[in-house]
Amino acid sequence: MAKSVITIGPYHPLQEEPELFRLTIEGEKVLNIDVMVGYNHRGIEKLSESRTFDQATFVIERICGICSTSHPFAYTRAVEDIIGLEVPERAKYIRTIVAEIERIHSHLLWMGLAGHFLGYNTVYMWVWKLREEILDVLEALTGNRNNYAMFKPGGVRRDINPDDISFVLKKIDGILPTIEMLKKAILDDPVLHARLKGIGTFTREEAIDYCALGPTSRASGVARDVRKDTAYGAYDRIDWDMIVTENGDVFDKAVIRILETYESVKIVKTCLQNLPGGEIDLNITSIPPGEGIGAHEAPRGETFHYVRSDGTNRPVRHKVRAPTFMNLPTLKATVPGCTISDATIILAAIDPCYCCTERMVAVRSPEGDLLYNGDDLVRLSQEKTASIMKRMGIK
Amino acid sequence: MTSEEVRGGLRERFGEDILEFFEKSDKRLYMEVRIESLVTIASYIFKDLEARFHTASGVDTRTGIEVLYHFSIEDSGYLISVRVKLDRENPQVDSLSSVIIGAEWIEREMYELLGINFRGHPDLRRLLLSDLWPGGVYPLKADYKEWDKNAVRDRGV
Repeated sequence: MAKSVITIGPYHPLQEEPELFRLTIEGEKVLNIDVMVGYNHRGIEKLSESRTFDQATFVIERICGICSTSHPFAYTRAVEDIIGLEVPERAKYIRTIVAEIERIHSHLLWMGLAGHFLGYNTVYMWVWKLREEILDVLEALTGNRNNYAMFKPGGVRRDINPDDISFVLKKIDGILPTIEMLKKAILDDPVLHARLKGIGTFTREEAIDYCALGPTSRASGVARDVRKDTAYGAYDRIDWDMIVTENGDVFDKAVIRILETYESVKIVKTCLQNLPGGEIDLNITSIPPGEGIGAHEAPRGETFHYVRSDGTNRPVRHKVRAPTFMNLPTLKATVPGCTISDATIILAAIDPCYCCTERMVAVRSPEGDLLYNGDDLVRLSQEKTASIMKRMGIK
Repeated sequence: MTSEEVRGGLRERFGEDILEFFEKSDKRLYMEVRIESLVTIASYIFKDLEARFHTASGVDTRTGIEVLYHFSIEDSGYLISVRVKLDRENPQVDSLSSVIIGAEWIEREMYELLGINFRGHPDLRRLLLSDLWPGGVYPLKADYKEWDKNAVRDRGV
């Protein structure tokens, strides 16, 4: 049988963030994958060099709308590392609270989309409704649903109003029953077990060689989490667990994200209940020459920033390494060998910025008229779930 | 493994290859090494010390091109940045991708943005820049000038 090439990407009429996957297939089996990025390259590292240290915080916040806390968190830590100072205790707690609420919303977003790809549109609707509640919380705390502008080198820009705390606690507690229901529904569902277990398995050795990050590495048994490895924010002051599983398949990655949501809820609640008083900002006036490194565990894995200063008010170099940069190449290890209908969910399992997976242009195979688009790919995936359900006698 | 053991081990093994040893704090080490010994030292840190490779960052200092490879030892949170200084006119260094698969992409990025030639890289293609970008124009070099005078700039207004 001749080999054909399926191209997924780079443009999708509904969503932003283009990426191009080129799958070499033989029949239904994927033989090889090539990932091409760069369609969204905006030269932010270069741009950051022409901004002051304060302005750069806003620029890098716009790298990603979903993790718009993670980049400023890592960047401000890098700048503080150049000076060699610790931010006030209250600022640490506020940073942690915003970062963890962001993790909840990001994981919920992924769960909804994963449900959609598998043909569980009820899950999709339920989870996204829940996510709205979380965005309301972020709006109450920061004034914005995204791009919160809470961070600045030396502290945070805005204090948490004591009147808001009870509202936030109520909302956060309010999502728990639904997540509990989803957890049971997902973990006990025989169809999902059949559909996701053993799919896209990523071994422990591969996770180490590819330097995978976040849930992608923790699902393969590599206990790697910046929040535990280095003491920063309020993470070393409160009690929480790092979730690690062993199998490395798509099912485990889903399990990690669901369980991490609980941990984040726990962290946010503890932080709000023990919020210390005091200053929230150190009012940095100048930044000495030197180099600084800052990292933060974003929902998708570690975000890493390197900043170099020459004593002026602008960085001379600002390197940004987002987690997906390390996680996308792992598809080379997980996708070959799978079927096209599984490719959708494997591509989605690393949680690349979410829209990548259903972006597919029509492609003609060398010998025939094999035409696919994004809807077809999702349909293939949903049909496979339906056929498993039929085989198991579930309606 | 404690930070002292890591420091001692590096000094003992690679004393001659280490050009500069700078400890910024007890959790942070910057060390400049000879270009020829980079792969050996990186491989020791990654495989023997079981460190994690974060990323690499290149910077044009006008006198040369510096590449920093960032590693960390996970249990102790000890961060090691290995620095090599390359010739500015003809920057080249051996690729780390034979030791660390995760270094492939970042080397491709430095290749196109700074013009560094990574010898022995299995797939040294452009990663981010468009195919229309002219050869020999490296956006992160200090003397970079905007080459396309007719480009339409979206100011986001």
